[in-house]
Amino acid sequence: MEEVKTPVAQSEYLLEVNDLVKWFPIKSSFFKRTVGNVKAVDGVSFKIRRGETMGLVGESGCGKSTCGRTILRLQEKTSGQVLLDGQDIFALSKEELRRIRPKMQIVFQDPYSSLSPRLPIGEIIGEAVREHNVVPPEEFDDYITRVMEVCGLPEYYKERYPHEFSGGQRQRICIARALALSPDFIVCDEPVSALDVSIQAQIINLLKQLQKDFGLTYLFISHDLSVVEHISHSVGVMYLGNMVEYAATEKIFANPLNPYTKALFSAIPIPDPDAKINRIILKGSIPSPANPPRGCKFHTRCDECMEVCKYAPPEWLEVEEGHYCACHLYDDAEAKARAEEMMTELKKTETEPVKEQEVL
Amino acid sequence: MAENEKKKSSYISGSESRRITRFNRRVTKKLEKDRADSGKDPALYTTKMKDANNVVEFDNVCTYFFTDVGTVKAVDGVTYDVPIGKTVGVVGESGCGKSVTSLSLMQLLQRPSGQTVGGEIRFNLGDGTAYNIVNTPNSVMETLRGNKISMIFQEPMTALNPVFKIGQQINEVLNLHNPEMSEEDVKARTLEMLDMVGIANKEGVYNMYPHELSGGMRQRICIAIALACSPTLIIADEPTTALDVTIQAQILDLLQNLKDRLNSSIMLITHDLGVVAGMADYVVVMYAGRIVEKGTADDIFHHPAHPYTIGLMRSKPVVGKKVEELYNIPGNVPNPVEMPDYCYFRDRCEMRCQGCDGLYPPDIRISDTHIVSCYRYMDQGETLGYPKSVNVEEL
Repeated sequence: MEEVKTPVAQSEYLLEVNDLVKWFPIKSSFFKRTVGNVKAVDGVSFKIRRGETMGLVGESGCGKSTCGRTILRLQEKTSGQVLLDGQDIFALSKEELRRIRPKMQIVFQDPYSSLSPRLPIGEIIGEAVREHNVVPPEEFDDYITRVMEVCGLPEYYKERYPHEFSGGQRQRICIARALALSPDFIVCDEPVSALDVSIQAQIINLLKQLQKDFGLTYLFISHDLSVVEHISHSVGVMYLGNMVEYAATEKIFANPLNPYTKALFSAIPIPDPDAKINRIILKGSIPSPANPPRGCKFHTRCDECMEVCKYAPPEWLEVEEGHYCACHLYDDAEAKARAEEMMTELKKTETEPVKEQEVL
Repeated sequence: MAENEKKKSSYISGSESRRITRFNRRVTKKLEKDRADSGKDPALYTTKMKDANNVVEFDNVCTYFFTDVGTVKAVDGVTYDVPIGKTVGVVGESGCGKSVTSLSLMQLLQRPSGQTVGGEIRFNLGDGTAYNIVNTPNSVMETLRGNKISMIFQEPMTALNPVFKIGQQINEVLNLHNPEMSEEDVKARTLEMLDMVGIANKEGVYNMYPHELSGGMRQRICIAIALACSPTLIIADEPTTALDVTIQAQILDLLQNLKDRLNSSIMLITHDLGVVAGMADYVVVMYAGRIVEKGTADDIFHHPAHPYTIGLMRSKPVVGKKVEELYNIPGNVPNPVEMPDYCYFRDRCEMRCQGCDGLYPPDIRISDTHIVSCYRYMDQGETLGYPKSVNVEEL
């Protein structure tokens, strides 16, 4: 473990993602030529402070899960940079990557398919511990028992198999498995979506407790905004492969800037029959990431769409302190000039603007 | 110690297993025979509504599953009404019997192991008479399903047939229930339905296959199919669980509008309290096969009475309300094969009182519309009676 000591001094941020891009090629059936790309993640940047949680929200298909997996190098990137503790994940060799793996773990969405049905719980949790020599062999048993205890699993579960457990218990096992390697950073990919409300509360409380006790850093991917608001310190909103807004949780919920964020937040059902919400109902559904609309990707569904939105993609700007947003509504003078220039340029090159993608 | 206890509860000996199988075979055979007999004479399944303003009345419905590990009382003495033109939200965790209640109403239970063994489900025909769905034969049910009662399922991906075009699938319902309609009329009505559910490109979608549409669009098609015959009751079984928040808002908005246009009632089955609050006029909270609390949306959300309802509300994070830690209901749902004879929630309840050691609590009316089944309100309202369970050994 000594060799992987961080080469740089501990910075404020544990994770830094710079302009991460992940495209999946679409191959034609013949000759296997690449005919296009599904731009699942198309230039995403953010930082997460040590011991904090960042929530990543968005509709299904917006690339939030791909983003989480690419950060852990479970998939190779197309371009960009991911720094964990100052170390570039994608620059590591296979052996170095293997050694850094215990520091970053993932909890998957579906606790039914992410546990091997043939292994008893003790082995599921302990397999990686043994592989990475986290503890000496003679302490192994005690260590697993302790990890299970922390996650609220009694010791006698060790001999049992996953099919004997309910969804909530399985998710605890998944969390115990991730926690057993004493990681710094955990990606939680929709960890509570498959669970009942009362079980959800248990798992969320467990995650929060573990964060307090072990100083963990989470990337919490979810489409349930109320859960994200509860658990996160900062929130990033994704749409079609791009981050459209990023700010501290209180800030973004109190004052969402991007029209997409506004619509998303207004759609949250509130358990109060008298609550009067001005629901912004979005037209249509998310366009195909293989062929995203030109300009701002959201312009096909946006209520406040302007001419410039159809041509120039918005820039990622810091609108207020710590509140980032990509939308032409909040362009400063310079960005506006650049966007308009781009628009006139594009208008010149083609006499007729491309037809808006048909919104069903 | 705990280990042995846990092991015991899931262990069944060979002879016990054979006994259960024999028992199940005998009981289900008898129930199937009774059903066949009562289906022959319309007088046996025609009744009258207690209140003509209701579209459906569930009266002490008991639906049991005769499984290889024992009898599972999925729905055990459930009583509630669905008034005409109103939305009733049925809330509860998975496995609490909310879906089974609606399947009993549609007679879509997995027979012969799933059986409605007791109680009445009265469905209003609108002419002063009603069917008791429990005894109604299949031939009559076929005229109701999709016509008077229709259902929207959770998963729009699996509810549509992938090998037929959208147009054909909507036409099918219309053809089946209105054989007198001409082909042009059917097509016109289908296009009208597509228009009604907010599909802009209706002619195009008419000739598309389900895989060409997104999840929200498919759910719209499912709604179009369900509403094609202007049913009096729409059962929406978790209609938005598989959809995104923005699409969920679209679909709920659409359902609400269409309900008012057709003057239908909706039975909205969901586990999302937020969805219920926005949609429902009345709310029914179920736990472990029984109703623990029912009332208007205002009663349930502003004055929740049952500890389970209160716990459920507190365990859900709400946007704009910051809490340090979410409440979690301790423990688990009791084993459905061996339900205790005391309150099912007692072992998880943090507001236990003396009465809780007694039998399952009766329904207590604490206001005109608000009924709760908990001993804490014993002296605060009129006792209405106990949910009746059916003794399977006597069948």
